[in-house]
Amino acid sequence: MATAAHQLTPQEASAQPPAENVVVRFAGDSGDGMQLTGGQFTLSTALAGNDLATFPDFPAEIRAPQGTTFGVSAFQINFGSTDIDTAGDAPDVLIAMNPAALKVNVSSLKDGGLIIADEGEFGARNLAKAGYDTNPLEDDSLGRWQLLSFNISQLTLEAVKPFGLGNKEALRCKNMWTLGLALWMFDRDRQPIVDWLKAKFAKAPTLAEANIAALNAGHAYGETAELSGFLKQHHISAAPAEPGLYRTVTGAESISLGLVAGTQLANVPMFFGGYPITPASAILHHLSRLKEYDVTTFQAEDEIAAIASAIGASYAGSLGVTSSSGPGIALKGEAMGLAIMTELPLVIVNSQRGGPSTGLPTKTEQSDLYQAVYGRNGDAPMPVLAARSPADAFDCAIEAVRLATQFMTPVMLLTDGYIANAAEPWRVPDMSRYAPFPVQYLETVPEGGFKAYARDDKLARPWVKPGTPGLLHRIGGIEKANGTGNIDYSPSNHQLMTDLRADKVLGIADHIPEQEVTLGESKGKLAVVGWGSTYGPIHQAVRRQRMKGRDVHHIHVRHIWPLPRNLGDLLRSYDKIIVPEMNTGQFKTVLRDQYLVDARPLNKVSGQPFRISEIEAAIESALS
Amino acid sequence: MNDMTPVAKTTTIKDWESDQEVRWCPGCGDYAILKAVQRTMPEIGATPEKTVFVSGIGCSSRFPYYMETYGFHTIHGRAPAIATGVKLANPELDVWIITGDGDALSIGGNHTMHILRRNLDCQILLFNNEIYGLTKGQYSPTSRVGTRSPSTPFGSVDRPASPCSFALGSGARFVARGIDVHKNLAAVLKAAHAHKGASFVEIYQNCIVYNDEVFAAFTEKAKAQVNQIWLENGEPMLFAGGTMGLKLNAKELRLEIVNVENGNWEAAGVIRHDQTNKGIAQMLIDMEIENGFPVALGVIFNHPRPTFERAVTDQNRAAAEGKTPDLQKLVAKGQTWQVEKQPHEI
Repeated sequence: MATAAHQLTPQEASAQPPAENVVVRFAGDSGDGMQLTGGQFTLSTALAGNDLATFPDFPAEIRAPQGTTFGVSAFQINFGSTDIDTAGDAPDVLIAMNPAALKVNVSSLKDGGLIIADEGEFGARNLAKAGYDTNPLEDDSLGRWQLLSFNISQLTLEAVKPFGLGNKEALRCKNMWTLGLALWMFDRDRQPIVDWLKAKFAKAPTLAEANIAALNAGHAYGETAELSGFLKQHHISAAPAEPGLYRTVTGAESISLGLVAGTQLANVPMFFGGYPITPASAILHHLSRLKEYDVTTFQAEDEIAAIASAIGASYAGSLGVTSSSGPGIALKGEAMGLAIMTELPLVIVNSQRGGPSTGLPTKTEQSDLYQAVYGRNGDAPMPVLAARSPADAFDCAIEAVRLATQFMTPVMLLTDGYIANAAEPWRVPDMSRYAPFPVQYLETVPEGGFKAYARDDKLARPWVKPGTPGLLHRIGGIEKANGTGNIDYSPSNHQLMTDLRADKVLGIADHIPEQEVTLGESKGKLAVVGWGSTYGPIHQAVRRQRMKGRDVHHIHVRHIWPLPRNLGDLLRSYDKIIVPEMNTGQFKTVLRDQYLVDARPLNKVSGQPFRISEIEAAIESALS
Repeated sequence: MNDMTPVAKTTTIKDWESDQEVRWCPGCGDYAILKAVQRTMPEIGATPEKTVFVSGIGCSSRFPYYMETYGFHTIHGRAPAIATGVKLANPELDVWIITGDGDALSIGGNHTMHILRRNLDCQILLFNNEIYGLTKGQYSPTSRVGTRSPSTPFGSVDRPASPCSFALGSGARFVARGIDVHKNLAAVLKAAHAHKGASFVEIYQNCIVYNDEVFAAFTEKAKAQVNQIWLENGEPMLFAGGTMGLKLNAKELRLEIVNVENGNWEAAGVIRHDQTNKGIAQMLIDMEIENGFPVALGVIFNHPRPTFERAVTDQNRAAAEGKTPDLQKLVAKGQTWQVEKQPHEI
């Protein structure tokens, strides 16, 4: 374990004022191992006590043609000594492993930022593939930035020569060479990476040694650099953080852990039915390794079977969970209606991605909010929650389990591709501080006789496990008579049951926290209202604008449906409201509909998260 | 199917009838199937509270409401997927799936294939009436070419699916056929229940309103003898009162009909039914009246293999063995670091 506190040496302190944060983007071919490099740099950064946020940005194709612009895979990390909520706007440093990576990413680099390029890859063929007529490393086109180019390919080959690898295998070590250089630049410890490489290549020690040699060579290159004038070592101090035990966590991990924690707190076995889909598959992967927590995972034949099996498991007394992304959620729609009609608990996780249709499988978007709140046939109310960050997803998953089991209802948890893939430091929660909410199955005939659709004070019906004597009953998707649950098509009963289903879900508002102001005061000139993964950029934008003295406040909503009881009054206490969303204005519509407030949209659907500056600009224009 | 083992008669047929009014058309074959199932349950020693009937959508899928057991009337085609969740969550339950030709082979074909290949322990009763009844008479995936229906006024042009052939091809380990009103149906149901794994039973069911007498060519009394062959494991494959039998033409690998004189079936070359022989099972399934063959009925294939829910629970147990669940440890897994105090402020 490393400690986050770092004492500045006098030399460090006087040499240059430390930067608050630095944004580094690793970019290369999708086969170059950029995600791996970024992931390991993230780990070393977390161990150095920096706060951080990452943004993996990779193509949908597993191995897009080499050297092409659409095959570029990038990984961005923002780390520093203040609270970090976003992966950063413009990178300070771009590491470009080939011409295509440079072409795709260079325009987002800060003016005066540093480009490190592998000139070994800037041959005529690769230049042509990337659409360069002349070599940008040799003409003046990169004049706005600092450029450092050297033959990383050649340097790597030399570093790993003693291990006798083939040319192709040897070149695969390039990413470790680059990582070594990056570790040196930001004064990071190599040891965790060395340990990780040894574990990863335990069965191929030669590969482990070659990769370590490449890592060390990259590090040494920085240190001995004949180019020291250019390549300055940056030291980023540790970020202030609440004392405690920390780890890094991705959204997919924290949702999986939250689901396990939730089902343990509910004392109910978990059944997870899933079907592989980007970017939701990681949840299935994580849960399939946690059998000792009474978790059964089932890779179904399709999205419909995934949710249907989960509903069957809920009927039999487990908590059914399913997860997918937009297109898969669309396929599950009919089955969600069945869970609503039969009033069975169920958790549906939607890791949103760009849509419609197949859309942008690996890019992030928040455009499934209508689908979550309204997207089923009939009047089919369902609670909806939205996680704002990888760490927040843990508590959201527990909350989803609580609502599903306490109210006998399916619950949708919205996350997105950004949250699912991004990593951030997470203070390990103290599990003893979570109150259990054990489920109560009905096991004996209650006084007055058993009714499958009898209701408690929360309007929830009893949960009866098949196998229980004396409580035999039938359920199904046809309209049920309130109480008995027998088939009943009568007009008055359908009106009653439709109202009851709506009231049950709306009543959840009495059992969730009131909406708090995330940053600022509970009245003022401007509220910036967000939900989901826009948390980071909104928070930073509001923070920066408040430091400039502007009357702006941040409200971030977790409970999308039902909305917190006080939200309407709270929103009405601001003169203006803007709602930044990575869609064309879906939550804005819900807010207008529910409260008749003049919520103004700020929309972005480029597949990329908001930049802080974009939200700051919107704040300034709203207040001018 | 001469089941000689005494059965525990702890329930009677009355115990299996729910209080719900049965609402199929008068004369529907479903009534006979319901009775046969209700009659079979006491005989196999089933317990109502441990029994779950899961259905999809269609006329047949109303079935669970009429059984005094646990029941789940789900959505179109998805009963096998729901049943898989039920059985994995509680392998102790005795799961029956009620489906139809449209439900199981059209909208739910995918799930039918996968429940069979996985071999989930359950009974799948497919009521085949070769028509969409609930939606008022459109042709179905098992309708014969030329079927006139509201959606095919000039006759259907697509070739029908064979339910048993589909099942066998999907890897089913138990494939059987019965007829709604035939007395042998109960014996088929018993054999299906006794088989541990996914038991697939196609039941020819007459739709009196939209497809009446579609199976008359072999169910009509006068034609039953020559056009039905009831298979019994280990017994010679005889029909027409023992005057005809099936012989294997080994050279051309196909079945042939031979006449049997004076009961001397061996001399005629008639073979015994081996219910574990998948190749013969396929030939039996493929026999068609149009080609002069009788319709194969009874247990066509029965060759058990380990079941899916058993494999899942065994693996879950093995993977969990020796590991103590500890939430606190779980959330703190991986590389961690301690922040002792607020680091210096900048």
